[in-house]
Amino acid sequence: MTALPPKSDVKLGLVIDLDTCVGCHACVVSCKGWNTENYGAPLSDQDAYGENPSGTFLNRVHSYEVQPEQGAAQTIHFPKSCLHCEDAPCVTVCPTGASYKRAEDGIVLVNEDACIGCGLCAWACPYGARELDQAAGVMKKCTLCVDRIYNENLPEEDREPACVRTCPAGARHFGDLGDAESDVSKLVQERGGMDLMPELGTKPVNKYLPPRPKDQGNEIDILAPLLAPIATETSGFLGWLDRTLEKI
Amino acid sequence: MHPAPSVILFSVLSGLGFGMLAWLGIGKPPMTGMFAFVFFFIAYALSVGGLLSATFHLGNPKNSLKAFSQWRTSWLSREGCCAVAALMIMGIYAIGAIFFETHWVIIGGIGAILSIVTVFTTSMIYAQLKTVPRWNHWTTPVLFVSLSVFGGALMTGQVTVAMYGFVVVGLIQVIAWFTSDNRFASSGSTIETATGLGNIGKVRMFEPPHTGTNYLLKEMVYVIGRKHAAKLRLLAIILMVVIPVLMLGMGAQHGVKAIVAVFSHLVGVFASRWLFFAEAEHVVGLYYGKRG
Ligand code: SF4
Ligand code: SF4
Ligand code: SF4
Repeated sequence: MTALPPKSDVKLGLVIDLDTCVGCHACVVSCKGWNTENYGAPLSDQDAYGENPSGTFLNRVHSYEVQPEQGAAQTIHFPKSCLHCEDAPCVTVCPTGASYKRAEDGIVLVNEDACIGCGLCAWACPYGARELDQAAGVMKKCTLCVDRIYNENLPEEDREPACVRTCPAGARHFGDLGDAESDVSKLVQERGGMDLMPELGTKPVNKYLPPRPKDQGNEIDILAPLLAPIATETSGFLGWLDRTLEKI
Repeated sequence: MHPAPSVILFSVLSGLGFGMLAWLGIGKPPMTGMFAFVFFFIAYALSVGGLLSATFHLGNPKNSLKAFSQWRTSWLSREGCCAVAALMIMGIYAIGAIFFETHWVIIGGIGAILSIVTVFTTSMIYAQLKTVPRWNHWTTPVLFVSLSVFGGALMTGQVTVAMYGFVVVGLIQVIAWFTSDNRFASSGSTIETATGLGNIGKVRMFEPPHTGTNYLLKEMVYVIGRKHAAKLRLLAIILMVVIPVLMLGMGAQHGVKAIVAVFSHLVGVFASRWLFFAEAEHVVGLYYGKRG
C-alpha cells in the first residue's frame, strides 16, 4: 500500500559523520557487494569494462569543497543513500504499491514483484537515492540491509548494514532514531545532527553530523621554506640525460 | 529532466484525444453514423495510441495492471483509472451515436468530464513534484487542460471556440514560461541546503561520486539543448497558437487551411512539451553541482 503507515515509534536509520568520513568509498563497494547478491534483482553494470561504464549503486560518496569566509577551504566527503524519510514522497507517488514504508521500523522498500519501472518514485526523491536498474527494469534503493539486521544466521556483530560494518573510519552509525535514549540519538543530540534539504518537508530519518570546527589554516608550516623548489633548470648528470633524450 | 520521446508522444497525443472525446461527449459536432465513427476513430486512435506509447517508458510493463490499485495516493494510478473509465464510458456513448443514431446525453456528459479529469490527472503527475520547481505550480495543470480542451475543439471543427481558445492557451503558455524561469532559484533549495554545509561557507562540487554517468544524471540532470530554449519557445508559440489562429481566422472549416492549422498546432505542442521536460531542473542536480 503506498499510503504512508501511521507514525512508527521505531525509526531505524543511519547517522553519518561528515567529520570522520575519509571518502574511501569502502561503504559503496560493500553495499554493492552485499546487495547485488541478496534482496531482489542484482545491481547490474553496463559496459563495465568498456569506455563508458555505468551501473546501479545504492550508496554513493560525493566530495565537496567548502570555502569559509576566512581561512582555508575544507574538503568534505559526503556519503549519500536513502534517508528512509518519515514523509517519503517516493512512497505516495507509486501507482502499484510497490514502493512502501514499513510500519514496524520505518524502512522504505521496493517490492520488485509489483514494480512497473515507471521511475516516478525516483523523480519524487530529492536526494537521488533511487536508481532504476537498467537490466532488471525495476527500482533499486537502500534497504538498510533489512536482510542483515534481523538475520539470525549471521554472527551478532554482522547484524548491521554492510556499509556500517565496513567503514574503516567509524563514520557510519546504525540504530533506532525513534528512541531518544539510543546511542545514535545521543550522538545526533551531542553533535547537532542535521537533515538534508529540510525545506522539502520529507523529514529524513538519517542524520548527518556536521564537520567539527577546523583551525584556520593560516600558519604555514615551519618546514615549508625547505620544500621550495631549488633548481628550475636541470644541470649535471640529469641535465645531460634530459638534453640527450631530447635529441633522440 | 530527460525528454523521453515516448512520454512526450503520450502526453501530447492522449491530451488531444481526450480533448476530442470531451467535445464529442457533449454532442459537438452532433454527428451520428459513419461521420461519428470517423471522429470517434481519430479520438480513440490518439488517446489509446498515446497510452500505449507511455508503456514503452516502463522498465517492467508486465506488472501494469497493478497500477490501477493505488488511486488513493498516486496521481499516476488515478490517471490510469480515469483513462480507462473515460474510454469505456465514451465507448458506450460512441456505440449509441454510431449504431443507434442517438446521443445518450448523460453518458456523454459523464464521459466528457472523465476525459478532462484524465488530462488533469496527467498534469498533476508533474505538478505534484516539489523536486522539480518548474513543474510544481498551478500553470502546469491549467496549461495541460486548456491545450487538451482547445486542441480537441480544433480537431472537432469548432472553429470559433478553437480560435479564441488558442489565444487563451498562448497567454497561459507565456505566463507558464516566464513565471517558471526563476522558480528553482526562489524555491530555496541550494547546494548548501542539500549538503547542510552552508554554515561553514560556500559549497562547490569537488569530486563527483562516479567517473561515468548514471541513471540519475541521464534521467534528471539533462542539460542538452537548453541553450536553444529561447528560439524553441518562439517557434513553439508560433506553430502551436499563432498559425492556427490565423488559419481559423480565415475560416478554416475544411480543406488546406484546416490541415495546416491542425498540423502546425500538433508540431507546436510537441515542441512545447519537449521544452517542458528539457528545461525542467530536478533538485538532485544540486548534489552534482549542476544547478545555479
Ligand atoms: S531518501 Fe528518497 S528514496 Fe529514501 S525515503 Fe526519502 S524520498 Fe524516499
Ligand atoms: S518505479 Fe516501481 S516502485 Fe517506483 S513508482 Fe514506479 S512502480 Fe512504484
Ligand atoms: S566507508 Fe566510511 S570513511 Fe569510507 S567513504 Fe564510506 S562512510 Fe566514508
